[in-house]
Amino acid sequence: MIEGILIGLSTALSLTNILMVMVGCFAGTIIGMLPGLGPMTAIALMIPITYGFDPSTGLILMAGVYYGAVFGGSTSSILLNAPGIPGTVATAFDGYPMAQQGKAGKALAIAAYSSFAGGTISAIFLLVAAPSLSKVSLSFRSPDYFALMILGLTAISAFSSKGQFLKAMMMVVLGLMLATVGQDSLSDITRFTFNNMNLTDGISFVLIVMATFAMSEALTIIFRGKDPNRAAKQISLTELGSIKVNKEETIKMAKTIPRSSILGFLIGVLPGAGATIASFLAYGMERNYVNEEEKQKFGKGSVHGLSAPETANNAACSGSFVPLLTLGIPGSGTTAVMLGALLGFGIQPGPRLYQTNPEIFWSVIMSMYIGMVVLLILNLPLIPYIARILAVPRNYLIPLILFFSVTGIYLMSFNNFDIFLMIGIAVVATFLRLYDFPMPPLILAFVLGGLMEETLRRSLLISDGSPNFLWDRPITLIILIITVVIVFWQIFSTFRKKT
Amino acid sequence: MRISPTKFISLLFLVLSVFYLYTAYNIQVFAFDENAPFNARTFPIYLGWAGIILSSLKIILPEKVTTEVNHKHLDYKSIIYLIIISLIYAAVILKIGYFISTSLFLFASYYFLGERRWGLMFILSFPFVAAFMYLLHGLLNIYLRDPFLKYIGVMG
Repeated sequence: MIEGILIGLSTALSLTNILMVMVGCFAGTIIGMLPGLGPMTAIALMIPITYGFDPSTGLILMAGVYYGAVFGGSTSSILLNAPGIPGTVATAFDGYPMAQQGKAGKALAIAAYSSFAGGTISAIFLLVAAPSLSKVSLSFRSPDYFALMILGLTAISAFSSKGQFLKAMMMVVLGLMLATVGQDSLSDITRFTFNNMNLTDGISFVLIVMATFAMSEALTIIFRGKDPNRAAKQISLTELGSIKVNKEETIKMAKTIPRSSILGFLIGVLPGAGATIASFLAYGMERNYVNEEEKQKFGKGSVHGLSAPETANNAACSGSFVPLLTLGIPGSGTTAVMLGALLGFGIQPGPRLYQTNPEIFWSVIMSMYIGMVVLLILNLPLIPYIARILAVPRNYLIPLILFFSVTGIYLMSFNNFDIFLMIGIAVVATFLRLYDFPMPPLILAFVLGGLMEETLRRSLLISDGSPNFLWDRPITLIILIITVVIVFWQIFSTFRKKT
Repeated sequence: MRISPTKFISLLFLVLSVFYLYTAYNIQVFAFDENAPFNARTFPIYLGWAGIILSSLKIILPEKVTTEVNHKHLDYKSIIYLIIISLIYAAVILKIGYFISTSLFLFASYYFLGERRWGLMFILSFPFVAAFMYLLHGLLNIYLRDPFLKYIGVMG
C-alpha cells in the first residue's frame, strides 16, 4: 500500500496535476456556488476540456471539480440560503442564520475546516478500505454484479425520489432503455436505431449527461424564471466578517467532526445514498448528541449544526468513490458521471483497476486529499472575491452553459444529429424535472445498462436460462434481499403516509 | 375528468414502453440464437415489461404527493426562443463553421434573454469564442473542426 501511495503522490504532485487540482477546485467552487448547478453539471461541463488529457490528469481535474462544487454549494447555502446542491441543504439550517448575525466569514471558515477534516478522515478510510475491498470483490461473479446493480438502482431511486419511488423507478427503466440503443455488444445486431446510421454506435454518455444535467438545468432556470443571483447584491466584502474561529468553536468542531466523518463515509459507501442523506443524518445525529443548551441553538447558528453536515457531506463524497473504484459500480449520480468519463478514457474501473492501473487508482485517491488542501488554503481566503460570481446575471450565465454543452457534443462527433438529439432530450428532461421526475437514477441506469445486460447474459447462460442464479450464491441472495427490503420499505412508508 | 400532469406523463411513458416492447419483439436475431437463453431481444423485452408495469402502477394508484406547477410563473417565451436559437445553431454549425455559428448563437441568446449592453454582449461572444478556440485548439491540442476558418486560412 505504501508503494501505491507513493505512486499516487508522484503522479498527483506533478506540476500539471497540481495545476489541474487548483483549476478544478476553483472552477468547481464557482459552478457549485450557483444554485441549481451541482457537481454533476460541473463535472459534465469539464468533460470536453479533458479530451486531450491523459486519464490521470483528467480524473484529477474532475476530482478537484467535485470537491470544489460541494464547497461552492456550501457557500451559496451560507450566504444566500440557496443551496447549490441537495447535499448542502442541511448546511443552510445553521450556516445562513450565522451569516444573518454578521458571522458569514466565520460560518464559511467553519464549513471549510469541517469539510477539510471530514474529507481528510474519509480519505484515510478510503486508503484502507479500497484496496481491501478490491481483493474481496475479485471473488464477485456475474450474478453478484447483476444483483449489486439492481440494488444500486433501487437504492438511488429510493433516496433521490423525495417519496415518489415509482417516478424514480420509471427513470431507471428509461435510462436502461436509452442504453440499449445501438449495436448489441455480443451479436452486433442493431437495436432501436430505426435505420439511422447516427444511432448505430448508441447514444453517447456525454450527450445524455449534458442533456439531462447541464442543458436541462440551464433551461429549467430560465423556465422557472429563477434568478440564481438574485440575492447576490447583499454580498460585499465588509459584510462577510472575520474568518477566524475561536477556541470554544474549535473545541465544538473537534467533538463533532470524528463522528460525522465516520457516519458520512459509511453512508457514502452505500449505493444510492451519498452526500444529501449523510448530511441530514449527521445533522440529526449531532442534535441528539449535544446537551440541552446546545440543542436549543440548532437552527439559530449552532457551530455543531453547521459542522456536522459539512463534515458528513465531504466524507460521503470520498465514501462514494469506494464502490466506483473497487467494484466499477457507481453509488451516486456524480460518480456515475465519473464512471462515464473513465470509460471515455478507455479505463474500466473495478477490482482489477488496483492492479492494472495503480497510478490511476492511487493518484485519484491522493488528488482528493490534495484537492481538499487546495480548497482550504486557496479558496477560503478567496471566498469574498469568488462570492461575487453570484452576481453574474443569468442572461450571460445560461447561454454560456448552453455553449459549453453544445461544444462538448460537437467536439466529440462533429455531427449535428447529436446536437439535435441533445436538445430534444434536454427539452424532455426539463419537463420531467418540472414534475419531480429525478434525473440521477436515469444517469446511473444509462451508465450501468451495458454492464447490466452483460452480467445478466452471463448469469442466464451459465444457469442455462434458469432464474436459479438469483439465489444460488449467498452473496447474490443477500444483496437481493436487501433490495427487496428497500422496495418494501418504500411501499410501507407510502402506506404509512397515506394513513 | 381532469388528468394530472404526472399521470399524463406516466401515460406517455406507458405508450413509449408498449412501442419499445413491440420493437424489442421485432429485433432480428440470428437463427441459431433464436431459442438461446439470452439473445439481443431478451433484455429489451424485460425492460419493456418493466416500463409497462411501472407506468401502469403510477396511473392506477392514487397520487400521494402531487406536484403542483404554476404555469403563470413559467417563462415559456424565453425558453421557446432559446430552443429555436439552439436548433438553428445546430442546423448551421457544419455549414458556416464553429466560430461564426457559436458567436452568433451566444450574441442572439444574450439578446433574447433581455440583455442590451452591446459592448459586453460582443466581448462575451466573438472574442470569447476566439479565446476558447485558441485554448482548445492552440493550447490543449484538441482538434476543432471549422471549415470556414480553414477556408480563410486562420486554421490549419
